[in-house]
Amino acid sequence: MSRLLLIGDIEQIPKAEARNVRVDGLEVAVYRTRSDEVFATQAHCPHAGGPLADGLLGEGKVICPLHERAFDLRTGRNLTDDCGDLRVYPVKLAADGKITIELSGEGVAGTGSPL
Amino acid sequence: MAKRRLVVVGNGMAGVRAVEEVLQRGGGELFDITIFGDEPYGNYNRIMLSSVLSGEQDAAEIFLNPIDWYRENGIALHAGSPVTKIDRAAKIVVSESGVREAYDKLLIATGSRPLVPPIVGVSGQGGRLKRGVFGFRSYDDCNAILARAKQSARAVVIGGGLLGLEAARGLLAHLSDVHLVHSGKHLMHMQLDAMSGAMLEASMRSLGAQIHLEKQTARILGDEEVSGVAFKDGSTLDCDLIVLATGIRPNSEIGLRAGLSVERAIVVDDQMRSVDDADVYAIGECAQHRGRVYGLVAPLWEQGKVFADHFTQRDLGAAYHGSKLATKLKVTGIELASMGTPEHEIGDELIQLAEPKRGVYKKLIVRDSRLVGAILLGDISKAAYLMQAFAHDAPLPEERLSMLFDLGAPSQKITLDEMPAETQICNCNGVTKSTLGACVSAGHRSAKAAMDATRAGKGCGACKTLVAEVVLYFCGGEVEEDPSVHYYVPGVTMTKPQLIAAVRERGLKSVSAVFASLADGVEDAASKPALASLLATVWNGDYEDERDAHFINDRVHANIQKDGTFSVVPQMPGGVCTPQELKRIAEVAEKYAVPLVKLTGGQRVDLVGVPKDQLPAVWRDLGMPAGSAWAKAYRTCKSCIGSDYCRVGLGDSMGFASKIEARLRGLEAPAKLKLATAGCPRNCSEALIKDVGFVAIGDDKWEIYIGGAGGSRVRKGDLLATVDGEEKALALAGRFLQYYRENAKWRERTYDFVERVGLERIRAVVVEDSDRVGAALDAALEAAIAAAYDPWTEAQAPKTVNQFASTLPAEA
Repeated sequence: MSRLLLIGDIEQIPKAEARNVRVDGLEVAVYRTRSDEVFATQAHCPHAGGPLADGLLGEGKVICPLHERAFDLRTGRNLTDDCGDLRVYPVKLAADGKITIELSGEGVAGTGSPL
Repeated sequence: MAKRRLVVVGNGMAGVRAVEEVLQRGGGELFDITIFGDEPYGNYNRIMLSSVLSGEQDAAEIFLNPIDWYRENGIALHAGSPVTKIDRAAKIVVSESGVREAYDKLLIATGSRPLVPPIVGVSGQGGRLKRGVFGFRSYDDCNAILARAKQSARAVVIGGGLLGLEAARGLLAHLSDVHLVHSGKHLMHMQLDAMSGAMLEASMRSLGAQIHLEKQTARILGDEEVSGVAFKDGSTLDCDLIVLATGIRPNSEIGLRAGLSVERAIVVDDQMRSVDDADVYAIGECAQHRGRVYGLVAPLWEQGKVFADHFTQRDLGAAYHGSKLATKLKVTGIELASMGTPEHEIGDELIQLAEPKRGVYKKLIVRDSRLVGAILLGDISKAAYLMQAFAHDAPLPEERLSMLFDLGAPSQKITLDEMPAETQICNCNGVTKSTLGACVSAGHRSAKAAMDATRAGKGCGACKTLVAEVVLYFCGGEVEEDPSVHYYVPGVTMTKPQLIAAVRERGLKSVSAVFASLADGVEDAASKPALASLLATVWNGDYEDERDAHFINDRVHANIQKDGTFSVVPQMPGGVCTPQELKRIAEVAEKYAVPLVKLTGGQRVDLVGVPKDQLPAVWRDLGMPAGSAWAKAYRTCKSCIGSDYCRVGLGDSMGFASKIEARLRGLEAPAKLKLATAGCPRNCSEALIKDVGFVAIGDDKWEIYIGGAGGSRVRKGDLLATVDGEEKALALAGRFLQYYRENAKWRERTYDFVERVGLERIRAVVVEDSDRVGAALDAALEAAIAAAYDPWTEAQAPKTVNQFASTLPAEA
């Protein structure tokens, strides 16, 4: 069973950066690209729990600030081939800038280790 | 579209390697490939024949491409079928056995054969070598020598070069009485000087060989079979086996018959094409390039690549410019490597060590700061490094002796050969020798590619040189140079000077503008911080500081910890603060329940474990400027007590540190800058291992040391200059720092920068103003200092929305 939840406005996130959003008890990293595409993944790096929202963004990927693991924002795939993949969440950007996320069943954090 | 036809004449190392290079470039899809070979085998590693002769390797082990390989790759092989004719007009080759094959492109790689010197009696019936006399070039030669050795009492090898030595060593495994006859004054006279030649001779004797120098062979004795040799000095030596190792002769007659230009070998251009026919290429020992014919394996690898790049049109600009020759002797029990010239000339630097008792000899010849020759005998642990430096004309360390020994570190006693596979090369990322080996086998054939694939060298970076050596080792000396190592950032294909020029010329004032203008809009995440740093250096304050380009530390002006919290370090010049400041730090630590209060190595107080959203409040309550402890920037200047209180102090190190900090704080740089001042040469503040260290020596004189390191490696700084007074010391150090800011690579610490550029060069520019850029450097530094600001003021005026938010609440 999946639910669509409003998580906020795109203007809350600077261009080409990301922020963590707490939604329904779940912490999610929400990314905004320079061209205003929006992505969402689990908040913490599967390798050592690094805060992915503090990472560097570019060309549809994020680099974790702690140990430079890189992930594809669309698929969550680990691009540096050195740890597990990320859980990704479908997000939609409405014309008025509102972002909605689609959660399917989970009410607790995904595979990331908690901070 | 029908495939085009490539015919290769020659099934040796050159021809087959060239075909492999073609296949790697997708040439198998474009061409039908046919190979003709004289020998009735697949391709084998000719340079390992000496190991087969000595019994150290089984003949089967040296085959590189078994017959199956040709089938699997769709290659038609005519082995044992020498080509006798090339009809260039009809574009057809014809073999001895009558096979006719049409070609669109032809590659001649017929190699060479032993040079048979004009000695009376060397030939027997039918012009062949007399029975018992052998060349040492092919698999068949090797087997014939082995068979003959079984029934021989004494063998003579004529020729004291590389091959002769290896042949003599191989024969010693089967015969006790082996003589090596050489016409030169010492062994391997093309590669060695007299002293190393004599030491090599002693080593060969200790292995059991008899050595005869300055002996010219006049005649080979015996009617049907060899019975001995006679020399020009009248002496004779009985023997029943002779190996000729007097050189090689290119198999270029096929080219001559086809009407191609042949001098010493088939004359080719920089694309390895015959100068007469654009459809005919030649590589390896049968080719003559710019007047040179090569007899070692490394050049033919390089030639094979150029051929394949050009032939498959992968890179029509590919060009071969000649090779620099380096070689290792493959004689068990003797370690010998040589490269370049064996003799120095007047004006060369000579770094030489001779320990005849241990059998160790090392000699390096440096000309114009480049390695032009080296001999390593008895200890070749540095050979991989030196061969690379030689081949690429790499800059050499100021400390020339470190090219012969590992100074200041545990000596690398074992060679890479002996190093156990599980030895950890990169301690930061846990990469072992065997992991690197697997990585090279998987096709990552440059140091950069292997580092990218394994993360080796990507931690503290101290192991990078060793990683490069190990990769070189696994590549068999044939490492590929990746042009991207010279790029300032991976995402923009330019060196730092090119990039700076482009940024200035096009007026690029933001990182996204750089990507848009110079990288087709592709925003490579990993390149962003380096570009931000470069823009800060070029434009000082006058650019658009896009915060997304910065590492998180520079977005929130604190240092991220492993749990995602941050550390806060206020400024404390020279490690000095007031009691009020100390109290405030304590109160803040209590108020925000900071988990850890720690003194740093830079004489400051670190509040560790502050959540991101508390940073602005912590800064406000501290009321002290930022210490830049997170940044690639000037960080701190340590000091000792100095002349104010210390009874042996010669200078006011504490006061000077405070002035330095006041001037340089917030100065952005390619990597962090840690400075120190010492009030006397006792060096209590460790000024000798800092990026810049100032040491008071009395009479208001200061020594300035640059490029020191006390981190993942330890390096004493180099003395840049000794100057009168703090003002001059700070001015000169500032000029050095600006030169470093403009010319260092991203994340290149001063200690690597100083070694790369060379102290002499830095001293010339900075102290002597040889390039007349001193005033410009000083002005640029002033502008940078003027643009520096205290980023903790962003507590009052955040730069981006939600700049310090740990988590945003979802909208209801």
